[in-house]
Amino acid sequence: MSNTDFVLSIEDLTVSFDGFKAVDNLTMYIDKNELRVVIGPNGAGKTTVLDLICGKTKSTSGSIKFMNKELTKLSEHEIVREGVGRKFQTPSIYENLSVYQNLEVSYPKGRGVFGSLTFKRTAEVEAQVRKVAEEIMLSDLLDLEAALLSHGQKQWLEIGMLLMQDPELLMLDEPVAGMSAKERDQTAELLNKICNNRSVLVIEHDMEFVKKIAHKVTVLHQGKILAEGSMDKVQEDEKVIEVYLGH
Amino acid sequence: MNAILSKLNSSELLGGKKGVLGLAVLAAVIFILLPLGVDIFRLNLVGKYLTYAFVAVSLVLLWGNGGILSLGQGIFFGLGGYGMAMFMKLEASDPVSTKIQTTPGIPDFMDWNQLTELPWFWEPFNSLPLTIAAILIIPALFAYIIGFAMFKRRVGGVYFAIITQAIALILSILIVGQQGLTGGVNGITDLKTMLGWDTRTDSAKYILYYVNGILLFGCILLSRYILTSKFGMLLLAMRDKEERVRFSGYDVSDFKIFIFCVAAMISAIGGAMFTLQVGFMSPSFVGIVPSIEMVIFCAVGGRISLIGAVYGTLLVNYGKTFFSETYPELWLFLMGGLFMAVVMFFPNGLAGLWDQHARKLKFMKRFYDDTPEPERFEPTLSAAKDTAEAAVAKKEKPAKVANMKGAKA
Repeated sequence: MSNTDFVLSIEDLTVSFDGFKAVDNLTMYIDKNELRVVIGPNGAGKTTVLDLICGKTKSTSGSIKFMNKELTKLSEHEIVREGVGRKFQTPSIYENLSVYQNLEVSYPKGRGVFGSLTFKRTAEVEAQVRKVAEEIMLSDLLDLEAALLSHGQKQWLEIGMLLMQDPELLMLDEPVAGMSAKERDQTAELLNKICNNRSVLVIEHDMEFVKKIAHKVTVLHQGKILAEGSMDKVQEDEKVIEVYLGH
Repeated sequence: MNAILSKLNSSELLGGKKGVLGLAVLAAVIFILLPLGVDIFRLNLVGKYLTYAFVAVSLVLLWGNGGILSLGQGIFFGLGGYGMAMFMKLEASDPVSTKIQTTPGIPDFMDWNQLTELPWFWEPFNSLPLTIAAILIIPALFAYIIGFAMFKRRVGGVYFAIITQAIALILSILIVGQQGLTGGVNGITDLKTMLGWDTRTDSAKYILYYVNGILLFGCILLSRYILTSKFGMLLLAMRDKEERVRFSGYDVSDFKIFIFCVAAMISAIGGAMFTLQVGFMSPSFVGIVPSIEMVIFCAVGGRISLIGAVYGTLLVNYGKTFFSETYPELWLFLMGGLFMAVVMFFPNGLAGLWDQHARKLKFMKRFYDDTPEPERFEPTLSAAKDTAEAAVAKKEKPAKVANMKGAKA
């Protein structure tokens, strides 16, 4: 496979679980600074694609190249260190730690055993924590135990934890699930803001939300790409209407 | 290095005002109150209990903070204890005092088992520096091997607990079975001197008691250093959401292996001090029962409190001595009941109870100014909550399918 300008290039990616192909010969490219949304009915393989990119699931065949570096052979933490951040479907934060600590732990220094033993809270760390807290609208709650945040705030906190790592590619699995209308709007704003200097890959069901954020939409169905393009174009697509959007 | 030094200067290492108070009170109890209050026979007994406290402290690191339950800490306590016992046994087996043996100069139990020369792995224990090195390095190395094999394969939770238990059993069976090499079920006995210094005299017992106390404080401070660093924060994070830590770019297994090795080393120091103070070492301190007892000491004291673990150990052992003198049959049931009560009613143990109540006392209040309310750690409940959340997450999906079908129609 040749090198490309794409941030992420997935080519001929297949994964099969006991013969069932959850992702089937998938090819997809993501540009720099692009915000891509992947939609599709349940079981289409959306979350599996994220799992494959971040190394949680190993592919059966095919390649995933991130900034021209093959990811399929790397372990999870190595992929993160290359610059890929991933948010889980249910908010995955450290409930026992404060908001500040949640962000601080995610700071990409002191990642080894001995590095973490000698890690110091420098002004630089402090500044980064405050900057990210500002972005995710949690500046006033830094000392609060994370368990006490609302569901929406937990989702933001997890996005913030990813921003601490300043990843080149940010992957979000249903970031607005369970959020109120107002929180959805704020999240859309947040996503539009953070994709300024990085690529973002979002899985989402909420079509209203998708319209607000997507540059380009990919529709997955049974592990294959059904359609790809702008939101308007995808919405007009006969096949997409058939299997997913409804008439 | 600078980070370590600056930390040593700050009171963070001592755990703020409250931590300093806790350490000071514990120091007063161990170094002043107990030596003044009880006779040397009882003090020696306390010293023995305090060697178990090393293991309890190691479990605070491993289990309370890391969420890794090891039911095999007796392995490391035993390795440390046997290391010291082998050194002292060799010293006690000089050719003069063993001249009635068929082969003078080797430990008596080897002679009884028709061994005619010292096995190769006993040789290093002729030297005290090598012995001390072995006491620290061998348990750590063993923990590294176990940890590497388990954690790199992501074995954890109950499986890890069971495997450590199995290893403890295997090791104790091995020791019992290899009588000629290890002293078998009797263990290694008749230990008298260390470099010619008689460890059985009253003055030696006092000195050993204080050395033991100082080492215990050293281990508590080392543990506190680890827990107050980013490493400690990561331990808590891993206990809570291991996946999230992994997907934040950390190699989770490295952290678990490291803390397991540190816990092993701390336990081994306790084992070595046990041998010195009690004068023997036997497989009954290696197997499953002692390993589980030590988990109970830690749970009763409070599994997230380094200092609580020490009190827990002292109290349970005092109870054990007291009750097993009066009702020997009843003790095991009491201990089991105690463990269940702790897990069910006060999961943070004595330390948790104290924290809850001291906060309300007027004269204690100022010590709590700089510490937030303690976290409520209920592993069984939080585990149940996680599964409940997972169930909810699963339920969400069918609901969405229904919506979508509705949309289609």
